[in-house]
Formats: sequence, C-alpha cells, structure tokens
Amino acid sequence: MIFFNLLRHPVRSLLTIFGLIVATLSFGLLSTVVDAWYAGAEGASSARLIVRSSISLIFPLPISHRERIEKLEGISQVSWSRWFGGVYKKPKNFFPQFAVDPKSYLSIYPEYLVPKKQKESFFRDKRSTLIGRKIAEEHNLNLGDLMVLDGQIFPGKWEFLVAGIYDGKDNITDTAQMFFHWDYLNEEIRKRSILRDKEAAGVFIVEINEIKDAASISMAIDELFKNSPTETYTETEKAFQLGFVAMTEAIVVAIRLVSYVVIMIIMAVMANTMSMTSRERISEYATIRAIGFSPIFLVKLILLESLFLSFLGGAFGILLTFPAASLFSSATGTLFPVFEVSQVTVFSQILLVILTGFVASLFPCINAIKINITTGLRSI
Amino acid sequence: MIEVRNVSKSYFRAGQEIKVLINLSLSLKEGSFTALMGPSGSGKSTLLNLIAGIDKPDSGDIFINQKKISKMSESELSKWRAHNIGFIFQFYNLIPVLNAIENVELPLQLFNFGKTKRREKALDALTKVGLLDRLDHKPNELSGGQQQRVAIARALVTEASIIVADEPTGDLDRSSAEEVLKLLQILNTSQKRTIVMVTHDPKAAEKASSLVSLEKGQLIGDKLF
Repeated sequence: MIFFNLLRHPVRSLLTIFGLIVATLSFGLLSTVVDAWYAGAEGASSARLIVRSSISLIFPLPISHRERIEKLEGISQVSWSRWFGGVYKKPKNFFPQFAVDPKSYLSIYPEYLVPKKQKESFFRDKRSTLIGRKIAEEHNLNLGDLMVLDGQIFPGKWEFLVAGIYDGKDNITDTAQMFFHWDYLNEEIRKRSILRDKEAAGVFIVEINEIKDAASISMAIDELFKNSPTETYTETEKAFQLGFVAMTEAIVVAIRLVSYVVIMIIMAVMANTMSMTSRERISEYATIRAIGFSPIFLVKLILLESLFLSFLGGAFGILLTFPAASLFSSATGTLFPVFEVSQVTVFSQILLVILTGFVASLFPCINAIKINITTGLRSI
Repeated sequence: MIEVRNVSKSYFRAGQEIKVLINLSLSLKEGSFTALMGPSGSGKSTLLNLIAGIDKPDSGDIFINQKKISKMSESELSKWRAHNIGFIFQFYNLIPVLNAIENVELPLQLFNFGKTKRREKALDALTKVGLLDRLDHKPNELSGGQQQRVAIARALVTEASIIVADEPTGDLDRSSAEEVLKLLQILNTSQKRTIVMVTHDPKAAEKASSLVSLEKGQLIGDKLF
C-alpha cells in the first residue's frame, strides 16, 4: 500500500525524490569541503612542534636556532623548511612548495612514502625535487622531468628535476606538496643576490619523545630565544594547522550554514509533500479508522511512506556523492589536497535522510491521530 | 439488538449550537433490516454514526447486543467496530490504490488470519456479490455499482453482525441501486445480518423490513413492512 501510494502522483514523488537527491548530495559535498579545510589539521601530529617567528610566519628565523633547539631535553630530531611561493606554468596551478633539509625532513615525516631509489636520488642531487602524487597526476609529471617555477618571493626562474614522487601513508596525508633542497635555495639567494635572508628557515619542525611534554618543550624553546631579535613562537603542528583554518573560519562557517539551510529547505519540501498527500487522503484515513484500524496504523502508514520516499532520494544522493566529490576534486586540482568523502559525512547524510523522513511525517501523523471519523468521511 | 436510550447530540457551527438528536430512544431487533428516513438535517446520519460507534452521544446510552458502546474508549471502539460493524458508504470509500480483492482483504488484517485465509475469505465475499471477474480491478476501473458491491463485500467479509449503510444507493443509477438493495436483502434474510440503512429514496426504504422516520432530531414514527 505504501509503495502504491508513492505512485499516486508520480510527478510529485519524482520531484520530491529529485529534491532529496540534490539536498543529500549538496550536504555531502559541502561537508566534504569543510573536511578538506580541516584535512591539514587532521593529518597533523601532536608529537611534532612548529617553531616560527613570534612576530609573524612571514619573518624567517636564523638557521642557527636549530643547534640550540636540538640541545633541549625530550627532543628526538629537528628539521626545517622555508616557503618558496613559486608559480608552475600558470598562477592557478597552486600547490605549496617548500625548501627543506631532505634527510631530516623525510625522517620527521614518515607519512610521506618515497621508494628507496627515488629517495636516494633526491638526497643526491641538490637541484632535484620530490613531488606529491597529486601534483604528478595533475600536471602529468614523471621522474626525470624538468619543472620550472617562476619565483614570486625569490624572483627568477627556478629549475628542478623530478627525482621522486611520494604517496601518502593514508588518505589524509597531503600529496599536493613539492619539496626541494634548502641548500639549493640558500646558495641561489647568494648567487643571485636576492634581497632575502640567507641562512634562514621559515619554520623549524621539532619531533618530541613524549606528546605530554609538548607544552613544556614549547615553552622551553621560546624561552631560549626570549629577548633576542628573532623570538620564537612554538606550538603543536595540529595547533599550527588549525591556526590556518581559523584565518578562513568565516568561509567554513558560511559553508556549514549553507549545508544546514539545504537541510531545512528539503525538510520543508518533504513536509509539504507529506502534508498535501495526507490532506488528500483524509476520507481514506477516516474509512480505515471506521473499519477498525487504530490511529497507530495510520501513523505507521504515513511514517513509512515518508521514510521510504526519503530513503529513495537519500540513497541516490549518497551514492552520487562519491562520483560528484571525485569530479569536484579533479575540477579544483590541488586546491584541496585531501578531498575524500568521510564516513562521518556518509553517516550524517543517513541521519539527515532519516530525520527528514520523520520531520516530514510529523504533522500528517498528528493530524491522522486527531482525525474525526465522521468529518473525514464527508470530505470527498 | 440495538438499543438507543435518550440520546442527544449537538454540533457547534459558527459558535451556534445545533441540536441534531434530541432525547431519542429507539430499539432495533437483531436480524432486522431498518431504513432510516427523514429530511436533510433530521439527524439520521448522526444516529447511524452513533450506532456504528464512530461518534459518541452527548448524553444517553447506546447498547448493542447488551454492550454499552457509548462509554467505550476510542481504542475499545476501534476493536469493537472491527468485529461487529460492516460499513457501506454512499461514495463507496474504497482505497484507490488497492484492487477489489485487496480492498476486501483490508479489514481482515485486523484479525489473526494468515494471508491464504484472508484471500480465501475475500474471494468468498466477492463471489457473494458476483464480482469474481473483477478481482484485480482498481476502483477507478469499476462502475459505481461494481464499486458499491466491492464495498458490500468488504462489509460482510469480517462476518460483522451489523451492517450500517449510509445512502448506499445515493450515487447509483436505478438498476445498480436495485442490485445493491437486493444484495442487502439477501445478506439480511440468508445471513441474518442486522442492517441499518439511511436513505432518501422511498423505493430503497421499501426493501427494508422496518422504517424509522426522523425529523428535527426526533423520532416521528416507525413501521414494519
């Protein structure tokens, strides 16, 4: 009966299902965008500290800081990186590029998986680069290819040979980054007389032995450089990444808000469909009640129809989220290094579908419970 | 035995009290076929609804086979109706998405019958009304007379002892009306069902075994044919 009821007004049912597909899909995509925003923080480790200039991230720190930091207790290793900010072919081809100390950097970031030979090749050649799988696929780059970057912070053309392509340990590892030798950058700054600090790092990455010591070690590091011209600010890598997200939090809030509005709209659409449906069937409901069925039977009838309709639209919406996310990810390139539909998103979509089904049937169910049989029988 | 004792019923329309039944008392014998007649607004449909247990009196009592239904709770009344009352409406009130046999089977879902038993009983009821060749037809694929026969089958399938019919021929042409009335007569005589029928049509009323006339909410006469 529930199934046949859905077919009474096929156009109305199809439009409602279509609305549900669009809403579930939009909600899934928007949630995935929000997740992608936080992906950097998700993939960050609490066992790594980031040391940066206390004034601003744009001010470099002298490389000599490294030796002093290393001497502190509770620290297992220290590495460093410097933001390069180059353009590959076109400005829209954005991906982060870092000048790093290859050996210590890859040691401190074991989640970047590089084949042994490629790693050795990267270590050996000062002009080589290690790129993430996503960049390689996006720009069709292979081992041995030449990459020319147009330096924005460090002016001029910068040539790199692709020595390795790294993969992520898991799907939250960012594979849209490029690493090259800090030594190469440092030498070129001298050679080309670029007006930028030499012997400097953007940040130091500090691996600590015990996560519980993060706060005390952070304080100890900052204490080391207190009252010096290059004071530091140290925090966990997670906090550092969340700081970036916080800068764009208004956008995240707006996206979340839009996803909630989508939910409310589809709930209203579904509720309208179910209300129209039940209004048209008052006489049938009265007949069903007259022949002896309880109000609970009507509630079941309405609720199951609403849930069935909701499930139909929701299931298609959820299934379509995956190819849509894949298309979205391809279209946005390396803008979102990690763009995966998470389990939480799918569960939220399922919850949204169930909730919509329940909410939409709420008023029709209340009306069905309160139905006056004699009045209902007259409403033909 | 249907016994209506000093029953009054009013409705409020636009803040005004409309007395539909005024201190009405009535007795209908078990196995009788009674026609309720009267002008519009005389209270005959209200009386039928009270007897059928789909409405409650403001005062007075209604006993059906010694059972006081006027004081039953809603859930008790639902169960009671399922077992004791068969309904026939002027506009048939069939469920449009169900075919003839499914419509007849519908009230049997309230009983502990298996699917086979339900189908068997529904087939039997449809045989009685001569609609075996229309089992799979939806209401909109049936004529008015055929739809009313399906409604009669639905009313008799539960073996309810009382059948209430509200203008069962009101929407039918003469020959279909004759067929429906004939069926009701058969149900009354051969199956000993008590039938209470509201009608405006004197010819339909003639098929009943007794006539109760109402006017302005009061009984103005009854007679046996």
